[in-house]
Amino acid sequence: MTYLVGESMTGGYGGADILKSCTIGVDKGEIAVIVGPNGAGKSTAMKAMLGLLRLREGRVALDGKDITRLTPQARVAQGIAFVPQTRNVFISMTVEENLEMGAFLRKDDISETMDQVFELFPILKEKRRQVAGELSGGQRQQVAVGRALMTHPSVLMLDEPTAGVSPIVMDELFDRILEIRQAGIAILMVEQNARQALNIADKGYVLVIGENRHTDTGAALLADPEVRRSFLGG
Amino acid sequence: MTFLTEPLNALILLANFVLMPALSYGSQLALGALGVTLIFGILRFANFAHGEIMAFGTMVTILVTWGLQSFGVSLGPLPTALLAMPVGIVATALFCIVTDRVVYRYYRDSKSPPVVLVIASVGVMFIINGIVRFIIGPDDQRFADGERFIVRARDFKELTGMSEGLTIKVSQGLTICVAVMLVIALFWFLQKTRTGKAMRAFSDNEDLALLSGINPDRVVLVTWIIAASLATIAGTLYGLDKSFKPFTYFQLLLPIFAAAIVGGIGQPIGAIVGGYVVAFSEVMLTYAYKKFLVYLLPESWQPETLVQLLSTDYKFAVSFLILVVVLLIRPTGIFRGKVL
Amino acid sequence: MAVLLAFVGFSQSWSVALAILNLCLISAIMALGVNIQWGYAGLFNVGIMGFAALGGAAAVIVSKAPVTEAWRAGGGYLLVALLVSVGTVAAVVFLHRRLPRGPATVLAITMTIVAGYFAARFFYEPGVSAIEAVNPAKTGYLGGLGLPIILSWAVGGVFAAGAAWIVGRVALGLRSDYFAIATLGISEIIIALMKHEDWLTRGVKNVTGLPRPVPYEVDLQSSEWFISMIESLNGGALSTLSGDARADALHKLVIDGSSIFVKLCYAGLFLAVLALILGLSMRALHSPWGRMMRAIRDNEIAASAMGKNVTARHRQVFIIGSAVVGIAGAMLTTLDGQFTPGTYHPLRFTFLIWVMVIVGGSGNNLGSVLGAFVIWFFWIEAEPLGLWLIDTGTAWMDEDSALRNHLLESAQHMRLLTMGVILLLVMRFSPGGILPETVRHTESDAKPPD
Repeated sequence: MTYLVGESMTGGYGGADILKSCTIGVDKGEIAVIVGPNGAGKSTAMKAMLGLLRLREGRVALDGKDITRLTPQARVAQGIAFVPQTRNVFISMTVEENLEMGAFLRKDDISETMDQVFELFPILKEKRRQVAGELSGGQRQQVAVGRALMTHPSVLMLDEPTAGVSPIVMDELFDRILEIRQAGIAILMVEQNARQALNIADKGYVLVIGENRHTDTGAALLADPEVRRSFLGG
Repeated sequence: MTFLTEPLNALILLANFVLMPALSYGSQLALGALGVTLIFGILRFANFAHGEIMAFGTMVTILVTWGLQSFGVSLGPLPTALLAMPVGIVATALFCIVTDRVVYRYYRDSKSPPVVLVIASVGVMFIINGIVRFIIGPDDQRFADGERFIVRARDFKELTGMSEGLTIKVSQGLTICVAVMLVIALFWFLQKTRTGKAMRAFSDNEDLALLSGINPDRVVLVTWIIAASLATIAGTLYGLDKSFKPFTYFQLLLPIFAAAIVGGIGQPIGAIVGGYVVAFSEVMLTYAYKKFLVYLLPESWQPETLVQLLSTDYKFAVSFLILVVVLLIRPTGIFRGKVL
Repeated sequence: MAVLLAFVGFSQSWSVALAILNLCLISAIMALGVNIQWGYAGLFNVGIMGFAALGGAAAVIVSKAPVTEAWRAGGGYLLVALLVSVGTVAAVVFLHRRLPRGPATVLAITMTIVAGYFAARFFYEPGVSAIEAVNPAKTGYLGGLGLPIILSWAVGGVFAAGAAWIVGRVALGLRSDYFAIATLGISEIIIALMKHEDWLTRGVKNVTGLPRPVPYEVDLQSSEWFISMIESLNGGALSTLSGDARADALHKLVIDGSSIFVKLCYAGLFLAVLALILGLSMRALHSPWGRMMRAIRDNEIAASAMGKNVTARHRQVFIIGSAVVGIAGAMLTTLDGQFTPGTYHPLRFTFLIWVMVIVGGSGNNLGSVLGAFVIWFFWIEAEPLGLWLIDTGTAWMDEDSALRNHLLESAQHMRLLTMGVILLLVMRFSPGGILPETVRHTESDAKPPD
C-alpha cells in the first residue's frame, strides 16, 4: 500500500475541474516527481493532496488513514510538510527563527532536528543569525526546505523547488533531496526541469490537462520515446 | 559667568517647553502607533477605530478612578488612575475581542480586500464614539490627582540659580517611564517568546505561518489584547497629561497614523521612532522661539515677533506634512514597512 | 420616502418636512460624489468634510460684498505673499525637474522652501493683522466678490477639485488605506484653515447673512401677488371668517406660507442640480469611460496590463467626485445662509455620507440618492425618537433620578451608535445595499485560474 496517495482526485477552484480522476502516490524513502506541460494541473494535484483544494471526487489517504476531510493545518500536524514555490520563508526573521517556526507544533526538544538541518545545509548554520530576506535565492530555498524538515515530517512536498535558481544550485539542491530520501522520508515534487528531476525520481507522473498520461519509474519515463518527444524536448 | 548663563537659560527653556512635552507626547503617540502597526501587521488593515479604542479604555479607567476616589483610595503621589488602568485594559481588551468576533472575523475569513475592513472599522468607530459619549458625555473630564510635579520651576530656579525654571510634571515622567518599560516588554515578547515569534511570522507571511501550524485565531486574539492594552495605557497617559475629551482622541488618529507610516507600517520599532518624529516636529514647529532667541542674540538683533514657525492651530498639518513627505519620498517609511 | 416626509409634514409641520427634504437633496448630491469615487473606482475618501467646507468657503467668497477698506489695508501685502508662495512653488518644481537627484538638490529645494516660507510670512503677517483690524466686530476679513451666490456652487466645485488634485498627486497609487489616511488629513487641515484664517472667512466668528438665491420671507409677506396667492389657495378656510379674524388668519397663513415657499424654491433649485448631476453620472456610468472605470475597479492588474493608466484614471474620478461634494457643500452653506467653520464635524459630514452610500448601494447612483434620503431622515428623526424611547423606557424611574436624566441628556449620542450598527449590518448581511449595483461582477468571475 502506498504511504501517501491521492486516488482519482477530481476538482478545481469553483469553476471547471482542473483535476480529472488523477492519481498520485509516494512511498517512504522514495522520490515521486510530477511533470507535465504548463497548465497540466501539476501544482493543483499537489495542493489537493495538501488540502488547499476541495475535491469533488476521490480521496487522499496517509498511511492507510483517510485524510480527505482534514484541513491543511491538520495534515501538517499528521506529518506532511510543504514547501511552497514562492514566499516560502519568513523574510523578516532570522534563519534560526525560520527553523523554529517550522517546528512550531512540536513540544519536544528541537535542537537535534535543527542540528540535522544544519548538517544537511551547512551554510545555514553559518548564517543562522542572519535575516532570511538577505540571503541569496538558493540559500532561501535551503531555508525553506529546512523549515519544512523541522516538523519531523514523514512526507515532504516541494512545489518547483528549483524555479529561478541557477543550474549549479539546482544540482546541489537535488543532491540534498536525495540525502533527505535516505532518512526514509517520502518526497513528492512538482518540477519544471523535468529531465533532471526524473533523473533522481523513483517514480514519475506525467500529467496532461489534469489527467495521468504516463506513470512509471523515473528511468523508464526518461527512456520512453513518446515521453521524450512530447515532454522532454527530444 | 553671564556668557554661560544666557545659553544655559536658553537650553533650559527649550528643555522645558520642547523637550519634555515632546518626549511625553511622543511616548503617547508611540504607544498608540504601536497598536495601529500591530493591527496592520497581523490583520492587515488601518484601524480607524483606534483613537476611539483609546477613548474607550480611558473612559473605563476614569470611571474606575472616580469610584476609587469616592472610596478614598489613592496612590499617594501617583495618580489613582494607575490603579484603575488594569480594569480599563481588561474591559477594552474584552471589547476588542468581541468586536473582532462580531465584525472583523467575517471579513477576514471571507478574504475581503483591506478597504472593506477599513470601512468596517469606521462602523466600529461610530459605535464606540456613541458608547463613549453616551456614558461619559462629550465634554472635558479631569481625573488626575496626586502630586502634580516632580520638579517645580521655582525649586529648580532656587537650586540652580538660573532665571529659567524647568518643570517636570508627574504625568510627563510617568508617561516616559511607562512607555520605556512597555516598549522593552513588548520587544522582549516579540523577539523571545513563542507567541511573539508566531505573531511576527504571521505578520511576515500568513500562508507559511498557517503551514507551520501557527493558530491564526490565537495570534489575532493576542494582537487585540496587546493593541487594546497599549491603547488604554496611551489614552490614560494622554488624559493625565492633558485632559480627556472624546473628540480629541478621534483627532489623535492622524498623528498616530502618521507616526506608524513614517516609521514603516507593520514595524514596531518604526512606530516608536515615528511617534517621536511626529511629536518633536509638531512641538518644534509650533513653539515660539522669541524668548529662546532673546537669550542667545545680542540686544540689537532681538526679534519682535514670536518667531513661531507655525501657529499651534495647525499642529495637525504637521502630521499631514510629514505623511506627505514620507509618501512622496519613501512610502515604506524609515524602517521599510509593508507597502502595496 | 415621500410617505415618510408627508408623515412628518402632517405630524410635525410642513416647514420641518421641507427642511428635511432640502437637506436630503444636498446629502444626496454629496453621496453621489462619494459614490462616483467609491462605486466607480473603489476609492475610500475620508475627507468629505473638507471638500464640503471648501464649497462653503466658496459661497462666502463669491457672494459677500468685498470689504474695500480691508483690501486697502492689507490686500497688497497678501497679494505679495501669494506671489512669493507661487514663486517658491514654481522654483521648487523647476529645481526638482532640472537638477540631478542627490543630496545637493534636496538641500537646495529645502533651502528654497524655507526661504520662500519666511519671505511669504514676512508679507503675510502685517497684511493679516491689518485686515483683521478693520472693524473686527463686523468684518475683519477681505469679504468676497459680491456676485450672485448661485455662482458659488460651481466655484465650490472648482475649489474642491483643486484640493483633490493635490491629494491625488500625493496619495493615489499607494495602498487604499494610505489614501484614506491622506484624505482624512487634508480635510482636518482645510477645517483648521477655515477656523483660523480670519482674514479669509472670519474663522470661528462665522460669516452670517449670506445673500440668497431665492426671495426672503419678509419681502414675500409684503408683496401683493404672494398674499393674493395664499388667499386664493386658502379661499375655503378663509371664507368662514370675516373682519379682523380673517385678516389675522390670513396674516398667519402668509407667514407660514412664505417660509414654505422659500423652502420650496430651494428644493426646486437643489432638485435641478441633483437631477443634472444624477443624469450625468448615469450617462457616464454607461459610457465607454464608465465601463473602463469599472474594469479598472474590478481588476486593476488586468486593466493596467491592457495599457490603462490606473492612477491617472483614479485621480480623474477622485477630482470629479470631490467637485460634486464641493458643489453640495456650497449649496449647504447657501441654504444655511451662514458659514460656520466650527460646525464641520467629521462624523456628521464624512462618515454619515459614507453610511448613505453603503446603505444605498455602492456603485448605484440611484441607490446613493435613496440612501441619502433614508439615512438623513433617520439621522434627524432618530433624536426625537430616541428621546421618546428613553423617556417612556425610564418613565418608571424617579422624575429626578440621576440615571434617567443622564440617559435623557445622552440620547443624542445614541444615533452615532445606531449609524455604526446600521453600517455594519448592511455591510455584513446586504453588501449590495438597498439598490445593489446591477453590473457588478461577482468575485469568482474575476478570480484568475491557478
